[in-house]
Amino acid sequence: MTDSLAKRILVAVLGWAVALLLFFPIFWMVLTSFKSETDAITARLFFQPTLASYGEVFARADYLAFAFNSIAISLGGTVLALALAIPAAYSMAFHPTPRTRGTLLWMLSTKMLPPVGVLVPIYLLFRTTGLLDTRSGLIGIYALMNLPIVVWMLFTFYKEVPHEILEAGRMDGATTWGEVYHLLMPLTLPGVASTGLLSLILCWNEAFWSLNLTSSHAAPLTAFIASFSSPEGLFFAKLSAASTMAVAPILIFGWFSQKQLVQGLTFGAVK
Amino acid sequence: MATLSLRNVRKAYGPVEVIKGIDLDIDDREFVVFVGPSGCGKSTLLRMIAGLEQITGGDLNIDGKRVNEVGPADRGLAMVFQSYALYPHMTVSENMGFALRLAKVPKAERDTKVKEAARILQLGPYLDRKPKDLSGGQRQRVAIGRAIVRAPKVFLFDEPLSNLDAALRGQTRIEIARLHEELATTMIYVTHDQVEAMTMADKIVVLQAGRVEQVGSPLELYHNPANIFVAGFIGSPRMNVIDATVVSAGGGGVEVRLPSGAQIVVEVAAGAMQPGMPVRLGIRPEAMRIDPSGPIAGEVRLVERLGGLTLLHLGAEGRDDLIVQVEGTSAVEAHQAVRVSADGAACHLFDADGLALPRLARHQLVA
Repeated sequence: MTDSLAKRILVAVLGWAVALLLFFPIFWMVLTSFKSETDAITARLFFQPTLASYGEVFARADYLAFAFNSIAISLGGTVLALALAIPAAYSMAFHPTPRTRGTLLWMLSTKMLPPVGVLVPIYLLFRTTGLLDTRSGLIGIYALMNLPIVVWMLFTFYKEVPHEILEAGRMDGATTWGEVYHLLMPLTLPGVASTGLLSLILCWNEAFWSLNLTSSHAAPLTAFIASFSSPEGLFFAKLSAASTMAVAPILIFGWFSQKQLVQGLTFGAVK
Repeated sequence: MATLSLRNVRKAYGPVEVIKGIDLDIDDREFVVFVGPSGCGKSTLLRMIAGLEQITGGDLNIDGKRVNEVGPADRGLAMVFQSYALYPHMTVSENMGFALRLAKVPKAERDTKVKEAARILQLGPYLDRKPKDLSGGQRQRVAIGRAIVRAPKVFLFDEPLSNLDAALRGQTRIEIARLHEELATTMIYVTHDQVEAMTMADKIVVLQAGRVEQVGSPLELYHNPANIFVAGFIGSPRMNVIDATVVSAGGGGVEVRLPSGAQIVVEVAAGAMQPGMPVRLGIRPEAMRIDPSGPIAGEVRLVERLGGLTLLHLGAEGRDDLIVQVEGTSAVEAHQAVRVSADGAACHLFDADGLALPRLARHQLVA
């Protein structure tokens, strides 16, 4: 018993240490955002809090327009990715062919390519098709970017659904769409939800494509942050204020959905 | 009303053929059992009839109409799966009404049919429960209920009792037989358990390695197995098979010599049998009895007392598991030397290819 108690304390201490280590940058960023620019450079812990940086950030840029773009693009990208991935994962999980395994690995392998490797062709494609600085362009890119991960996750959740349940549905007269809608979706809802949440977070945090393919009209919050790292010198307080405002929505969202997310990612989708 | 006919039905996965040309007729209201060892293709055949597996070749006809390319739901069949395959997120009544809901049957009519099925299966109190809150036997009944509600032409059962404990299995077996009586529908039932096959079937289809070994009534298969495989598969405990040599063959039967030199006259048609030919003698445990003047001498290795009956495992004729079934009142004990005799009219003889020689007199129950 004492042995396991000691082990439990050790695990708890380690866990807290890792959590604090991961949380510290965010904590420091939030702290810095309430400092004056002079306090921000000195890195002191005690200071006179001020909202001056937030005021300046609000005055200089239209936060709500960026936030709206972030929300629209993340949601759009996630919905599009799920819409493409659900049929793909269904087909691979329930009607596999000898090539299924290879297809899955190939899809994942595309994640190993550095995005900058295809920046020029994608940029040219976007320019030719008029997608530069449009929300729909970014939605398409984000959906494709997350598609391999979304398909993989859904595939693993679908794999846990017994085939016989879908076969019973087919005997009962369900079409392929009926099987997915009446049986597969409700059975794997926790899995689909956590996949969607993960995709939302990945879209929200994406900076490479948003910085390169948007300028003003469709720019999301990542571009909003970048606009505060100005070449004439770093203003840490303003940068922190902008960053805090950019990550706040997804942090709050993540806080409320963490139980769902952890459950979906660690246990199976089907009980 | 439904008859089925299979004509040279085949199934291949790539170059591997698992169903090798099956011809079979199933009459209306017949209870047909597919039985065979695991891997014999019985479940695959059932799934082909259900429409869950494509048919590689041949014709499957339901009521005289070819349905090879008809989808599972449109064949008018219902299936009860081994794992029950209940929809875990639906209540019992939603599970049973799902097919009707898909068919856009009005809710009132749906409820009536679900309630009727629940009445037949005594599921009334459980209609609002989820499958996970039911016992194994209740889940089994919901799976059957889901099939009943659709009023199918043919019921398909895929080893439906194998997940139940022994007591429940016996009880559910009787319930399914009762259901067959009450619904008067064609039923096809797959099992590897020959007791289920014997007790429930009107017609048994014995399968092995994708081929039909024999089709017939349970007693037909028991008394007149076509070959040594069917003989060994049907009947419990298994038939004893002993290598023997033909001594003489004539109108009264075939006389064979056992390894110990003992001789038995088996009442089968001699056909092309000649003295000296190797044969195999099949004797069911219940066709042997303790007999001080019997031809077979052996030593009791093991005594299994089942209560009403006792099984003696003898070391005799070069075998150490010759099973003799005696009365439960028998006082025979292990390591005792005994002599047994066999009823020549109930013995079977198989030629070198394992084919049975026809009996001279057919059993009165299968005459």
